[in-house]
Amino acid sequence: MDSPNILEIKDLHTSFFTDSGVVKAVNGVSLNVPRGKITGLVGESGCGKSMTAKSVMGLVRNPGRIESGSILLDGKELVGLPEKELRKLCGDEVSMIFQEPMTSLNPVIRVGRQVEEALRIHGGISSHAEARKMVVEMFQKVGIPEPEERYSAYPHELSGGLRQRVMIAMAMIRNPKLLIADEPTTALDVTVEAQILRLMKQLCEEQGMSVLIITHNMGVVAEICDEVYVMYAGRIVEKASVFSLFDNTAHPYTQGLLASIPGLYDNPEYLHTISGVVPNLKRLPSGCAFHPRCEKAFGRCSEEQPGLYPVEEGHLCSCFLSERQ
Amino acid sequence: MNENRTEVILRAEKLTKHFLTKKKQIVHALNEADLTLYKGETLAVVGESGCGKSTLGRTLIRLLPATSGKVLLNGQDITAMKEKEFRPLRRKMQMVFQDPYASLDPRMNVRDLIAEPLVTWHVTGTAAETNDKVLGLMEKVGLPGEFLTRYPHQFSGGQRQRIGIARAIALDPDILICDEPVSALDVSVQSQILNLLKRLRKEMRLTSIFIGHDLSVIHFIADRVCVMFLGTICEVAPKDELYSRPRHPYTEFLLDAIPQADPHRRTREKKLIKGEVPSPVHLPEGCCFQTRCPYADERCRSEKPALTERDGHSVACFHPLY
Amino acid sequence: MTEKYKKQETRDELLSEIGDYDGLKEKIIRMYRNNRLAAFSAALIILMILLAVFAPYIAPYKEAHQDLLMRLQPPSRAHLFGTDELGRDVFSRILYGARVSLVIGIFPSMISLLIGIFFGLIAGYFGGWIDYVIMRVADVMLSFPSLLLAMALMYTLGRYANSVLCIFGALSLVGWASVSRVVRSVTLSLKETEYVDAARSIGVGRPKIMLRHILPNCIPSLIVLYTLNVPSCILSESTLSFLGIGVQPPAASWGLMVNQSKQYLFTMPWLALAPCLTIMIVVLAFNFLGDGLRDALDPYLKKG
Repeated sequence: MDSPNILEIKDLHTSFFTDSGVVKAVNGVSLNVPRGKITGLVGESGCGKSMTAKSVMGLVRNPGRIESGSILLDGKELVGLPEKELRKLCGDEVSMIFQEPMTSLNPVIRVGRQVEEALRIHGGISSHAEARKMVVEMFQKVGIPEPEERYSAYPHELSGGLRQRVMIAMAMIRNPKLLIADEPTTALDVTVEAQILRLMKQLCEEQGMSVLIITHNMGVVAEICDEVYVMYAGRIVEKASVFSLFDNTAHPYTQGLLASIPGLYDNPEYLHTISGVVPNLKRLPSGCAFHPRCEKAFGRCSEEQPGLYPVEEGHLCSCFLSERQ
Repeated sequence: MNENRTEVILRAEKLTKHFLTKKKQIVHALNEADLTLYKGETLAVVGESGCGKSTLGRTLIRLLPATSGKVLLNGQDITAMKEKEFRPLRRKMQMVFQDPYASLDPRMNVRDLIAEPLVTWHVTGTAAETNDKVLGLMEKVGLPGEFLTRYPHQFSGGQRQRIGIARAIALDPDILICDEPVSALDVSVQSQILNLLKRLRKEMRLTSIFIGHDLSVIHFIADRVCVMFLGTICEVAPKDELYSRPRHPYTEFLLDAIPQADPHRRTREKKLIKGEVPSPVHLPEGCCFQTRCPYADERCRSEKPALTERDGHSVACFHPLY
Repeated sequence: MTEKYKKQETRDELLSEIGDYDGLKEKIIRMYRNNRLAAFSAALIILMILLAVFAPYIAPYKEAHQDLLMRLQPPSRAHLFGTDELGRDVFSRILYGARVSLVIGIFPSMISLLIGIFFGLIAGYFGGWIDYVIMRVADVMLSFPSLLLAMALMYTLGRYANSVLCIFGALSLVGWASVSRVVRSVTLSLKETEYVDAARSIGVGRPKIMLRHILPNCIPSLIVLYTLNVPSCILSESTLSFLGIGVQPPAASWGLMVNQSKQYLFTMPWLALAPCLTIMIVVLAFNFLGDGLRDALDPYLKKG
């Protein structure tokens, strides 16, 4: 209870052992989710950001496994915990929202029932009438219009935005200490995305919930996050508060990423690009994984793995250029 | 801007496309769309999923048969043509598809994929000629020639999209329709593909239609923008005009909703649109946007606003913002 | 910044991104390594085919060679599986019988495969009333008991045509229906894929789309279907011959041998056991191979 962080990941290594080699999906990630704040984990596809979340939830499947490291949830170690205890602990304290709500809802059960089930298993509420009342209240809270009627709707009868709201209701009703949202708005349209982001921020503020949001969209990060971790090829390359990250971008990868986004207020002839492609996690480049694509790379980058160096208060960057400062 | 772009290459008149659901309900995917494409420009079609923008793109090049209305290519009505008459025109209009994972036959290698249009239209004679042309196209889109015999699933998304683009430009088309070509890609790869498209457009003097949902991407690539909602065209305007002074309330909401990569902007009070997109099966009477529109009044609920032009800026709204 | 795009992927970087390619061949080799049972089955089937082809050279006696002095002998060095009631060598007859069984197993399946592919592609791609007609005919064929059809053919045409040909006809006629169903369903889903749309947008004609884009993507399911169809054909032949309306003596067939040995089942069980075990082993081998191929080939499209 003393720690200011609800979730502390230390030097996590999660790898997949395939026929053709070891895929180091998470390669020494350390990450903290402070209480009552929204923390963002941002990176391109295949950088290991989803796998980090799955490691926390114990959802890493064969041939993958957590090799080493520690995951402290509210001070309790999760790595090495038996499946059953992990389920219970995670179920009580952590909720997860997935990218595509359709695949995480059972298509043949009414959505109200599904949310109710989550409540009964983890909330210890047995009476149906009471549970139903709470579900309807929660539906109202997450902005589902006509919650009474929606209670008995099937998932396919709802639009994408409504389904995502149901998922959020399901995640929220257990009153979790930590909410992990894996690309919660990627499948949604911009107007609905804006609604959902506002809802998440509002719920976080009202209930003092901690959120870890995983996304590839820098716009989403800028919109709602407090703290941001940038991931590249299984490692954290930069960690900063959201303002520090955008105002004082330190890592060349983050700089390139931000410069690649077409803006609404400028009219460039061509966009900035990061040359090359994301490295294959089976054959990581030596030294800094970003050096083959980096414009500022020098000799040392290909030989040595950079550590995390402070740029300013609470802003860390894994680049030798930051070490000199 | 419009003066030097007077030559109309493609025009849709009251183009309508209905689908039938399994329960025989009519889905109004596209309703009486009027659209003009001028030679040399890039027209972007933007809207949320299910607004009919892809249907519009596909109906324009007759990949889907139109339910009613006309498409005029250089003045010729292609919707009324027989398949045989139309076939020679098909090569003039090519398409880049959204999902580079799905739009390439997994069992064909890069050479066969890029050669397919060339062989189909007998552009090249001998196999050696075809090979040369394929290598030339690969270079044009930034794929090393070594990949000639590789298969699509060996490539990353961006590289596959390059293959798709090479196929689309192989026949030297007049019109290139890009159906969300970068939506499935990561940001850093997205900018590579966007640059490529912009460069090719310039080099090959392509006229193109760019279908997308990301307004910042469209701001980068388009000359004119067409905003769609629920199968209906709401607003068509030159890019700068549309971004700075949107006339349709929906466009304003859309612009406001984009999450900006700038945390300092988030303090501003966003105008959030209420509710969700109505079902295209039961279209509301009157204006299609009335259920979500804060300005909607009696007239909007009973009468359908027509797309009317003022200074090259068309809008279908009774209460335009400007 | 304008020239940035030219700094595109250098070759080495791109090559490092290229995944490991698994073609049909590699998949089958991998199956060979991972699924020993399927690999063993494949070897067994190849051995069986070789034995059948070279039966005249391998078999110690002729198919119909009778030695009435050596009737109903138990297995011995001279007669590996003993002799039957006419003194014919059981081992030799099993080798000759393999010719009939394998021919009936392999070829009618192939014919029904071709017919099924043709109708399945057409039904799936064109849809509408063509689809309706073809599929209703297929339904009729499927609801028809194939053995009964074979019997009917045999009784009506048996006098004019070779009995093996009748079995051929009957099995081909019934088998295509299930093949065309599979091909149709695959075609229906492939027809909606973007790469077929892409081919259409380029202007590729219908026949080419079906043959170049749809058919090759049906192949994994078809290989599996085929290997699972073969044993059922072999069983049908054995059943028909056992019932006395298939292959006629003195020609050898496994089913016929079982039929003829049934009266000695308790006194001289090897007579029945030898052909029964052979049928069982061959049928199981095909089934295991089919399973193995399905595991090896099916993920192809899912992964892609």
